[in-house]
Amino acid sequence: MKKKVLSVLLSAAMAASILAGCGEAAAPAADAGSDAAEAEAPAADAEAPAADAEAPAAEAPAASGEAGKVLNIAAWNEEFKTRLTDHYPGYEVVDGTHGKIGDVTVNWLITPNENNAYQDRLDEILLGQESAAQDDKLDLFLVEADYALKYVDTDYAAAVESLGISLDETKDQYQYTKDIMTDSNGVLKGVSWQGCPGVMIYQRAIAKEVFGTDEPEEIQKLFADWGKFNESADKLKAKGYLTTASVADTWRVYQNNVSKPFVDGTTIQIDDNIKKWAEDSKDLYDRGCTTTANQWTDDWSKGFYPEGKVFCYFGPAWLIDFCMAADTEGSVAHDGGWAATEGPQGFFWGGTWICGCAGTDNGDLVADIMRKMTMDPDVMKDIVLKDNDFVNNRPVMEGLASDPEYHSAVLGGQNALKMFCAGADKIDMSNLTAYDQGLLGDYQTAMVDWMNGNFASYEDALDSFYKAAEVRYPELTH
Amino acid sequence: MKKQSKVARVNRWGYIFLIPFFLTYVIFQVIPLCSTIYNSLFENFRSGLKQIGPNFVGFANFAKLLGTIDFWNYFENTLLMWVGGFIPQILVSLLLAYWFSDPSLRLKFQQFFKTVIYMPNLIMASAFAMLFFALFADQGPVNSILVSMGILKQPFKFFASVTASRVLIMFMNFLMWFGNTTILLLAGMLGIDQELYEAAEVDGATSSQVFFRITLPILRPILLYVLVTSLIGGMQMYDVPQILTNGKGTPANSTLTVIMYLNQHLTSKNLGMGGALSVVMFAVTGVLSIVIFNLNKRKD
Repeated sequence: MKKKVLSVLLSAAMAASILAGCGEAAAPAADAGSDAAEAEAPAADAEAPAADAEAPAAEAPAASGEAGKVLNIAAWNEEFKTRLTDHYPGYEVVDGTHGKIGDVTVNWLITPNENNAYQDRLDEILLGQESAAQDDKLDLFLVEADYALKYVDTDYAAAVESLGISLDETKDQYQYTKDIMTDSNGVLKGVSWQGCPGVMIYQRAIAKEVFGTDEPEEIQKLFADWGKFNESADKLKAKGYLTTASVADTWRVYQNNVSKPFVDGTTIQIDDNIKKWAEDSKDLYDRGCTTTANQWTDDWSKGFYPEGKVFCYFGPAWLIDFCMAADTEGSVAHDGGWAATEGPQGFFWGGTWICGCAGTDNGDLVADIMRKMTMDPDVMKDIVLKDNDFVNNRPVMEGLASDPEYHSAVLGGQNALKMFCAGADKIDMSNLTAYDQGLLGDYQTAMVDWMNGNFASYEDALDSFYKAAEVRYPELTH
Repeated sequence: MKKQSKVARVNRWGYIFLIPFFLTYVIFQVIPLCSTIYNSLFENFRSGLKQIGPNFVGFANFAKLLGTIDFWNYFENTLLMWVGGFIPQILVSLLLAYWFSDPSLRLKFQQFFKTVIYMPNLIMASAFAMLFFALFADQGPVNSILVSMGILKQPFKFFASVTASRVLIMFMNFLMWFGNTTILLLAGMLGIDQELYEAAEVDGATSSQVFFRITLPILRPILLYVLVTSLIGGMQMYDVPQILTNGKGTPANSTLTVIMYLNQHLTSKNLGMGGALSVVMFAVTGVLSIVIFNLNKRKD
């Protein structure tokens, strides 16, 4: 008897586990079916005339160009979500990853950049775009300068004009933001709401203590080129301050001033300025003026607070406003303790572009988001006033730069816009490649290992970089 | 006649109960194994959003993989970090299991301690690695304690030192697995006939003699099982170093394990190189397992 009971139990358990396995696999399939309003798909196929009434309802939105019910947006952080929430009329927050515009649900697919994760996920979504159900299709995705080229020259990014936006509407945008998004046939594939000229952002209190002044013009004289930068670093060191939070901080300044791109055809090439970054940084690190912390870690961002004892960061407007903990009590930014100056060399960092995705069923909404967020002067001015971002609209920015009323609270009341405007005019992105994000990460990893004494020479570190880069991008050689 | 049919019927049930195992084994093991071997013979990766291949290239992937020193370096890393974690793990587990199974010690709160030592295994390896990353960061709590106690003058950069990084990974693997091993060894020790111990006591054997002459030899099959499963797990070491070093195997690739190397190939969806690497790992693990089994046989 006992045996019988046991065997029944066992077979029940077995059946249950098999069914459980099926359940998981079957669920998404069922979801996809119901999404297309064809929950009874097999029946519909068999009885074509009877199902006719329902089938067109499912197909209609795509065919007639009516708006889909879900707007899917792929991004790598919360920045665009915050911008849309604060500045797009009619955007309502539902929960952490969902919002609503009218009766369209906004679905945020946010994946961090770290270790290529964002691009990996975006690639998978884009490659599956054609076969995805209507409401699962991606409608809008964001790219940044380091890998924009990878997506611009593909059919996955929809031409801006195909969404019903005329090129004339983009005339106030900075030319470089359009150049980078123009594919090899001269078609504009995306637009941006921000410009990203960078500046040197330093702590006023430390400047006063070490150099006796916190005036941007005076500080600029002390950091006007790399030689002076190094001299001043020693003075900061003498008083117990780090010049930068990490060697990675100056990376963009060197990298943007290269004379040739990272990759020529399929050959990796190292520009002299990139080598100079490694050598200067090692020297700075050996003298105890900086650290080798990774960017975005706690060891790096400790300098956002007075106890971090970090003199300066290098970054564009979005770093100052979005990243430097301005909302946290006790941070330097919260107390308006920063100031901005040009620093040793001009540079840019990042920038986010909005691309409409080919196959979107929300074309009108995508176009409207592009118009409102990147072309509407009122919205853009609002972004500057509320968030101190540098927006991609020349008249708005130049107007504010000469506006005596405008000042940045984080920068202690300074109006740094003139500096940013001058920087934006000089930005040249012609040396970017589609491989930059992966390559610069691998290069920095290898060089930091060298600075920490784990490689005997720059050449050893360079070999390690080549190894990592060629595994990441099998088509590259050196 | 009647008896025979009953046996046959029982056998049939046996086969039926074996079906789920074989089905899962074929779907999740045999088919992927064959497709991996097949894939390893092709050039097949993605350049940006463009698919390259698959083009048949014979054994070119294997030649490329084994032609450089890199693979063997990463293999050495893996082996080193596994051995460094396994030796303390087996010693501590043996000791704990021996104490737990010895009734003459009359240990109190046995259940509590058995639960506690097993706990680290319940935490996800990635969570565990992140915890250690935060603890041993340059400005982390461990450094501030050491500095404030005056042991260190300035923070020690654990993750910039080859030895410290490797030792941390060994320590984490040890911590995660010693509880599991203890439970396995304890089960083996409790299965040893008490009469043997009583007989030894009567003959006046010391406790170390009892341990080395009775417990260890009888435990050998279980020890072998622990060794082989740990070896296979160790060769596939991935989660702890991956999370701890952000997938980079820093410093200077000294904590890069073979499976992390495999994962790097998958950034570009490089199925050819990934397949070749997996096949090599399969062969290496197989050879090592056979060697261990044979060593055991010879001693018998």
